[in-house]
This record gives sequence, C-alpha cells and structure tokens, in this order.
Amino acid sequence: MKALHKFLTDKIEPHFVKGGKLEKIWPVYDGFATFLFVPGHATHKGAHIRDAIDLKRTMIMVVLAMVPALLFGMFNVGHQHYLATGESAEFMDKFLYGAIKVLPIVIVSYSVGLGVEFLFCIIKKHSINEGFLVSGMLIPLILPADIPLWMVAVATIFAVVIGKEVFGGTGMNILNVALVARAFLFFAYPTYMSGDMWVGMDNRKGYEVVKEGLVDGYTGATNLAQAADASFAGHFRNVSGVGYENTFIDSFLGLIPGSIGETSTLAILLGGLFLVIIGVGSWRIMLSVFTGAYVMGLIFNLVAGDNAFMAMPAHYHLVFGGLAFGAVFMATDPVSAAQTNLGKVIYGFGIGVLCILIRVVNPAYPEGMMLAILFFNVMAPLIDYYVVQGNIKSRVKRLKLATNGNK
Amino acid sequence: MENLLSIFVKSIFVDNMIFAYFLGMCSYLAVSKKVTTAVGLGAAVIFVLGITVPINYLLENFILKEGALSWLGAEYATVDLSFLGFIMFIAVIAAMVQLVEMIVEKFSPSLYSSLGIFLPLIAVNCSILGGALFMQSRAYENIGEATVFGLGSGVGWFLAIVAIAAIREKIRYSNVPAPLRGLGITFILTGLMGVAFLSFAGIKL
Repeated sequence: MKALHKFLTDKIEPHFVKGGKLEKIWPVYDGFATFLFVPGHATHKGAHIRDAIDLKRTMIMVVLAMVPALLFGMFNVGHQHYLATGESAEFMDKFLYGAIKVLPIVIVSYSVGLGVEFLFCIIKKHSINEGFLVSGMLIPLILPADIPLWMVAVATIFAVVIGKEVFGGTGMNILNVALVARAFLFFAYPTYMSGDMWVGMDNRKGYEVVKEGLVDGYTGATNLAQAADASFAGHFRNVSGVGYENTFIDSFLGLIPGSIGETSTLAILLGGLFLVIIGVGSWRIMLSVFTGAYVMGLIFNLVAGDNAFMAMPAHYHLVFGGLAFGAVFMATDPVSAAQTNLGKVIYGFGIGVLCILIRVVNPAYPEGMMLAILFFNVMAPLIDYYVVQGNIKSRVKRLKLATNGNK
Repeated sequence: MENLLSIFVKSIFVDNMIFAYFLGMCSYLAVSKKVTTAVGLGAAVIFVLGITVPINYLLENFILKEGALSWLGAEYATVDLSFLGFIMFIAVIAAMVQLVEMIVEKFSPSLYSSLGIFLPLIAVNCSILGGALFMQSRAYENIGEATVFGLGSGVGWFLAIVAIAAIREKIRYSNVPAPLRGLGITFILTGLMGVAFLSFAGIKL
C-alpha cells in the first residue's frame, strides 16, 4: 500500500497538478486517487464533522448491499432462459448466460455515467462526487435484460444531466437519478419496458454461441402483467406456461421473470438488512413502504368483488414486481427522500399505498413502484416543510406553557 | 355521489391543471418562491374557480348555448349566442374577482393584506378561464358536477404550486449552473414533476 501511495504521489500526481501536462483532467486523477487513500489536505474554514463514514464509503456500502441482488439477477436471467427453452442446465450455465447479458449493461451504465460526470467536473472545476457509484449500479438493476445498450447510454446521459447536474450535482437532485433514467426509457420507448419480459432465446448454450436459426427471444408475462390481464383468474404461470408450485415462495426467492435486480425479494432484503445495520438506509422508510403496500392490498381485498386482481392475496404484492427493490434501494435515497423522521414515515407509507393503487387501478401501467417513488420524491419537500412547521408550533406552545408556569 | 367523487379526484390528479394541461403557468412560476405565499395564492384560486365555474355553467346553459334561451319563449329557441362565450366568461371572472376582493377587504383585512396583489392577478390566470372552457367542452350534467369540477381543479392547482414552492425553498442554496438559475431550473423542475404526475394518467374512474 505504501509503495503504491508513493508511486501515485511521486510519479503520477505531478502530471495532473497545476502546470503539469494533464492539469485539465485533475478531477479524474483526484477521484481515483481518493478511492484508495484519504486526501492529504485538510479543510480550512467552517464547521465540519469528522467521521470515517464519508460520502465515498457510504456509496460503496450501498453498492455492496446491491451485490446479492445483482448476482441473483444474473442467475435468474439464465434460469428464465433455460426454463423457456426447456433445456436442463447446471447452475453455472445459467449464471454465465445471465452474466453475459447483464455485465455489458452495467459496464455501459458506469462508463457513460462516469464519463458525463467527469465532463461536468472538468468544466465546472470541482472534484468528482461519488453519487453516481450507486446510480450506476441501480440503473442496470431496474432495466430488463434485453434492453439495447444504446438505450441504456441515452437514458443514463439524460438522467445524469437533467436529473442531477442541472440541479448542481450530487446531493442536490430532486428526483432519484436512476428512476429518472427508467422513467425516460419508460415513456420514450414504452415497447421495451412493458410487463412482458423478454427471456433470452438466442441459442447460446452457456457462453458458447451455437447458431441454429431459432427465434431470437420469447416474451413471458410477469406476474403483475398476468394479474392485470382481463382473463386472469387467480393462477400464475411461469415462462414455460406451467403454474408455479408455490407462487409466493417462488416470487420471494425470485425465480420469476422481471427486471434484472428486482425479482428476488430475499436477496434484496439481505441488502436491506445490511444497510439498516450499518446505518446507511432508513428502516423507517423501508418498513413504512411495506406497511403501506400491505394495508392497501388488504383494502383492495375487502372491496374486491369478482375482480381477480383486487382479490389477489395482499402479501403477493410485496414480493411481485419492483416493490421490494424500490423500498430498499430507491425510496431510501437520502437525497430525494423526506428528511424528517415523521416525514419519512408519511413518505414511505404514501409510496406503498400509491404503488398498489397504480398497479391495480391504473390500466396504463402494470407496475407502479417507479411512478409512486417519483411522485413522493416531488412531494417530499412539502411533507418536510409541514413536519418542520408542526414542530415549531408545538415547541412554541411548550415554551409558552413553561414560561407561564414560571410566573 | 360516487360520480361527484370521481370528478373531484380526477380533476385534482388525472387532469391536473398544471401538470396535465400546463395552464396558469405564469403565476405558478412567479409566485412559487415561498410556501406561505403559494398557499395564499392557491387558496384564492380554489375560491375563484369554485365560484366562477358554476356561474359560468349557468350562463352557458341558460343564455349562451344554442336553444338555451327557450325558457324566455318559443320564439327564442333558435337563438345561438355561443360566439359570446369567451367574452362573457372573462367578464364573469373579472367581475367575480373584483367582488371577492371587495368582500375579503371588507370582512377580513388581514387575509386581504396577506394575499396582496395576487388576488387581482387571478383574473388573468389562464387556469380560471381554462376551468370555464373545460366545463363547457366536457358538458357536465348539472351545476353540482360543475361546482365539484371547479373546486377539484383549484385543489389540483393548489397542490402543484405548493409542491413546487417547497422544492424551490429546498433548492435555494443548490449550485445550479448560472444560466439556469431562477426560471430555467423551475421549468426543468416542472417538466420532471409532470413526469411524476403521469402516474395518474390513464386511470379511469
């Protein structure tokens, strides 16, 4: 480590500091160097909190928390493929098939997003923020595996520029950056983002391409799309057309079609638990999202009548679609969420309720999590405002009582 | 009753004046710097919409529409005054705003001074005329529906301006690129908020 540090400061750094050949792209060097080492300069003025857990470490923790969902997502892409083709395959075959589909999306999202970020840093002459580390991982996880790579690139650029940089960069955005990317794709290229998930069929056996001239892909409806269908009668089928052995357990484990990272509630909850334990994610938001969704599901059960979607057991809602992923990784975004404790509860509960409402009532969208979170991102400052005003009022009241008592 | 509720919810969220039709943008952009003033203007818009839409409804159905004058006598049954629609609606709105202003000034000087210039400004807010014209084109069946529609549109407008005011208070210290400061970033914000409100688009009530 010491040798590396010496090499960096002695050999590399001189090129980037003022007067060096590459002084223009100093933020790029700075960003990478501080990945490994604490910067050598101290802040000079203003009050600062000194803590080991700074922005960079926080972001890395969130990325770590997403690893289970990512790995499972890779496996599941392969699993769905072999389920659809009817071939039998080993665990590694499935995993590698998925990895070949998923990794390019991750790479494109990171390289394009970081490229835009670097560009803005160089133009605006400030050091690189780490905010995109998380967004760059979130974007692939909420996209379907068959999304063309150029779309990933376009959406990432849009999200980083319009969703974040115009507001002043990391920490200033109003909406969750990854959700802006998804919303952009959803409304610009709706055919790619519908409830019918593509399941890879292009004749690859594992990672070996075997050309045989079959069809390119095969679409299988997600559980939510099936439930929203008029002919739905309360039974879910997987991509090979067979009913699930146990719909709830299969969905909880994640063996259902869906966007890359969102299918396995188990893997997501592992990440969520990690976030709560290390204190990065807000348990208030996570818990209240699930509660809100469950309560709304129960209400629909009560008024269901002969509507099979409304009559679907409320706990199914919690494991279908992107609800768990959104609750754990996107609603808890510390920038765009509500900041006050009471506000967080209201915000989370509202997201849960609105998500189920959109799923069941709105025929235009099979899944409501993305728009529910975006809507409450917009409303979060207002919720905070009134929570704060309420606090001020009750404190004034308390003060008056206290001063009157003294007289 | 269910019908009224559905019109109310629809006019707040699905057919939101700001995010679905982009009406009343001028005062929405100009008066959304602070939450307190936004609340005042929003309340005034609810009030004016709630009064002018039913009055215009009566005007439309008993005077302006083709055949609406038949209550005067059979010889008037073919009279069509609908070409006077715009000017009559505007006149009613301006008159009502004046009236509201005078009443508020007389009975609640404190509210009057807190609303200040916003009250007369409402006369030229396009969402008010928009409310009257939507009422006309959607052909509501009775005055109850028209009133609920007016109030709902007002509440939707209120929600929009209060939400953006809270966001603008939050981003006041953000390092927005210089060319975009002020109105520029507010336009971008409005667009992004419109995307968030798309969650209600397509709901059939």
